Amino acid sequence: MAHAETQTASHHFTTTGLDNRKVAIWMFIGSECMLFASLISTYLIYKGKSVVGPFPHEAWTNPATGQAFPPILDIPVTSVSTFVLLMSSLAMVLALAAVENRGKPVPPGLSGKILSSSKLWLFMTCLMGATFLGFQAYEFTSFVHEGLTIRTNLFGSSFFTLTGFHGAHVTAGVIWLGTLLAIDMKRGLQPKDAVWVDIAALYWHFVDVVWIAIFTLVYLIQ
Amino acid sequence: MATVAASPTYTTAGARRTGIMDWLTTVDHKKIGTLYLHTALFFFVVGGVEAIIMRWQLMRPNSTAVSAEVFNQLFTMHGTTMVFLVIMPLSAAFFNFLIPLQIGARDVAFPRLNAFSYWVYLFGGLFITIPILFNAAPDGGWFAYTPLTGKAYSPGQNMNFWVLGIQILGISSLAAAFNFATTIINMRAPGMNLMRMPMFTWMSFVVQWLIILAFPVITIALFFMQFDRFFGTNFYVSAAGADPLLWQHLFWIFGHPEVYILILPAFGLVSEVLPTYSRKPLFGYPVVAYSGILIGFLGFGVWAHHMFSVGMGPIADTVFGVTTMLIAIPTGVKIFNWIFTMWGGAIRFTTAMKFAIALIAMFTIGGISGISHASPPSDLQQTDTYYIVAHFHYVLYGGAIMGIFAGIYHYFPKWYGRKMDERLGSIHFWLNFIAFNLTFFPMHYAGMLGMPRRIYTYDAGQGWETFNFLSSWGAFLMAPAFLIFIWNFFRSKTRGEVAGDNPWDAATLEWSIPSPPPEYNFAQIPMVTSRYPLWDLTHPERMKDIPHSMDGWDEAKLRTGEHVTATGVHEPDVAPMHIESERKSAKELGIPMPNPTIKPLWVAAGILVLFSSLPVMYAGKTLAAFAMMAVGAVMFVGFLYAWLTTPMEDAH
Ligand SMILES: [Cu+2]
Repeated sequence: MAHAETQTASHHFTTTGLDNRKVAIWMFIGSECMLFASLISTYLIYKGKSVVGPFPHEAWTNPATGQAFPPILDIPVTSVSTFVLLMSSLAMVLALAAVENRGKPVPPGLSGKILSSSKLWLFMTCLMGATFLGFQAYEFTSFVHEGLTIRTNLFGSSFFTLTGFHGAHVTAGVIWLGTLLAIDMKRGLQPKDAVWVDIAALYWHFVDVVWIAIFTLVYLIQ
Repeated sequence: MATVAASPTYTTAGARRTGIMDWLTTVDHKKIGTLYLHTALFFFVVGGVEAIIMRWQLMRPNSTAVSAEVFNQLFTMHGTTMVFLVIMPLSAAFFNFLIPLQIGARDVAFPRLNAFSYWVYLFGGLFITIPILFNAAPDGGWFAYTPLTGKAYSPGQNMNFWVLGIQILGISSLAAAFNFATTIINMRAPGMNLMRMPMFTWMSFVVQWLIILAFPVITIALFFMQFDRFFGTNFYVSAAGADPLLWQHLFWIFGHPEVYILILPAFGLVSEVLPTYSRKPLFGYPVVAYSGILIGFLGFGVWAHHMFSVGMGPIADTVFGVTTMLIAIPTGVKIFNWIFTMWGGAIRFTTAMKFAIALIAMFTIGGISGISHASPPSDLQQTDTYYIVAHFHYVLYGGAIMGIFAGIYHYFPKWYGRKMDERLGSIHFWLNFIAFNLTFFPMHYAGMLGMPRRIYTYDAGQGWETFNFLSSWGAFLMAPAFLIFIWNFFRSKTRGEVAGDNPWDAATLEWSIPSPPPEYNFAQIPMVTSRYPLWDLTHPERMKDIPHSMDGWDEAKLRTGEHVTATGVHEPDVAPMHIESERKSAKELGIPMPNPTIKPLWVAAGILVLFSSLPVMYAGKTLAAFAMMAVGAVMFVGFLYAWLTTPMEDAH
């Protein structure tokens, strides 16, 4: 609440004491929940309904051509990218803390210096987000090579749409955080800018949590 | 917070613009409300003309005035227009104009986002409407059931305009909903706790949540349809194993909350009108508020009552039949609240009051016919007949439109400082009331006799002729009624009787300031002690049973500061409930106002270009489509960046 307090100028009085942007981002996230709920439900409803392969977890042989398709999803590889995305949330937390604590005395030693560098942690968040997107690009192209496109069957349509929407959200997040990083490099983010970092962080954590749901429901549960 | 007292130096770097630029760059919620109001009235004429052509065609059997193809476009666009381009934006006009005034705020939470919402609405409305001039309008019904609307059965561009147009309009509705919900949560005047908010603001609050939670579902359903049509996915392709009911489920999970999005703002408006002209507080205020919330919750659990005829099985049919009957309870509760509000009141039968009473009566008829198809066996007789058409026009026209007319007559003096002519208003009311019933009451009978919806013509000898003839004449009579309204509306802006600040002797904050309100709304934010703050000053005798307290005052005093007027006087930003009749400029008062800006308009235009590229791609002009996408993306990103990096106000 401390930083919200300093935000309120005379005409920026708010009923809850929270910044308007923070209230709005929570509602935006509520709306996004319904968006991903619709996507995930559709994927689950269509699970096992495809009339032709390839399939996510089972091998399939095309009866017409005799061509064999292995199961599409590669859980070990995606586990790695999931871990990277989860770690990016940690970096995000540190970035926000560094911005909020700017101007306070930095704890002595190297660790104090590292922890108080918002540039470092914003960069790490972006980097890990971009790594996740790299994995997703690799995943998508290898699936296409294995014979699954967005047009192939219901699995292809619903899988690529669901994970593609999530990827688009990660991309938007990386651009957003990248912009904050650019501002930080240019003039340095101050505690008064913390709300911008705060709402970007909330969005980022949300995108992360959605991925946990997708990873569990789409990849792990067979 | 001693720092707040530092004297703000208000500059005029962003000088106010005049004329057309004033409207293109405005970020004032009242002006944006005015834009919504006029645009929606324009689309009302469009949707009305579509209806009248349909009634001309159906007046007699075997008519050939329009072809089946054109008729399909007419009923699709009539429904789409009235729902998305007329009733929702008319409600948005009142959200804009009223919410900040009713809660004692100087503007909405995000003024520039508010302008953006309007421009997206205007562009989306034009995008979806203009094709009808080229005989290429959407033709798959406002519900756009798949697989009919898939590429296989609707290969033309028609449904592309629908799916993309609704997508654009969804952006507008969602952006506005985040804005208004934040405004209501966060910008209430000191003492204006939730149980003191005017009922219109309450119902609007529920509506914003419905939009926030229901629109993403249609967004996804539309994306699936869009991907199917443009990129060859299989979401709605039965041959690929797709569930033919997926679209219907997603559409109605959105579609049923949507009917409450349409009706609740009108409920809110009559809840302001009835107490004012009955000179009594609203009967059972908390019950009206809670029943609105309950309607919002239950509204998400009834969607499949639109699908009884698809064969969901006895369990699903029973569940959705029961939940649908349940939702009638909170709705019925409101009806009784309004009746008891009038009971024993000293009623003034102004035009606004007549429309409000008409809503109670007409909505009740529509509600009762609604309950008759909450029961699946009964619904199977009625579904897809004119009985349904009669039902939803009684709730949407008899309910939403009557309530909005009540709101327009009631709030016109606040909006323009002059009253609308009461005699013309009365003629408008009666002609409209008679024409409305003449149009839609016979449809119950035509439907019971088996006349299906959406047919473009019919054979003689099935007993439908008389009812159709009456319905058509009713529809034709609505036109002069509406013209009288339009004449009265535009004439009264400049020549109506000067109204004064509180012409109806009303009770809420918007009536405690000048008419029309100054740009800053409140020179000093009022600190309220009850839910009828103005009656506390003008009619304490009506306030005997209304709870009073000074909750929220102390904290607010701590956190608000003061503004410094042009003459250097320090004015506290808040003051106990008072009446403001002086009209000064924001500059004189030292109240910082957001600068006008054209950037939201350009961002909205970027979205329009982006969406317009897809029909171009569909027509096979891939290169042109990619060029448009690039232009649209650059416009969108560039102007959005410029918007976000420009401070809303001048430094102070
Ligand atoms: Cu419904």
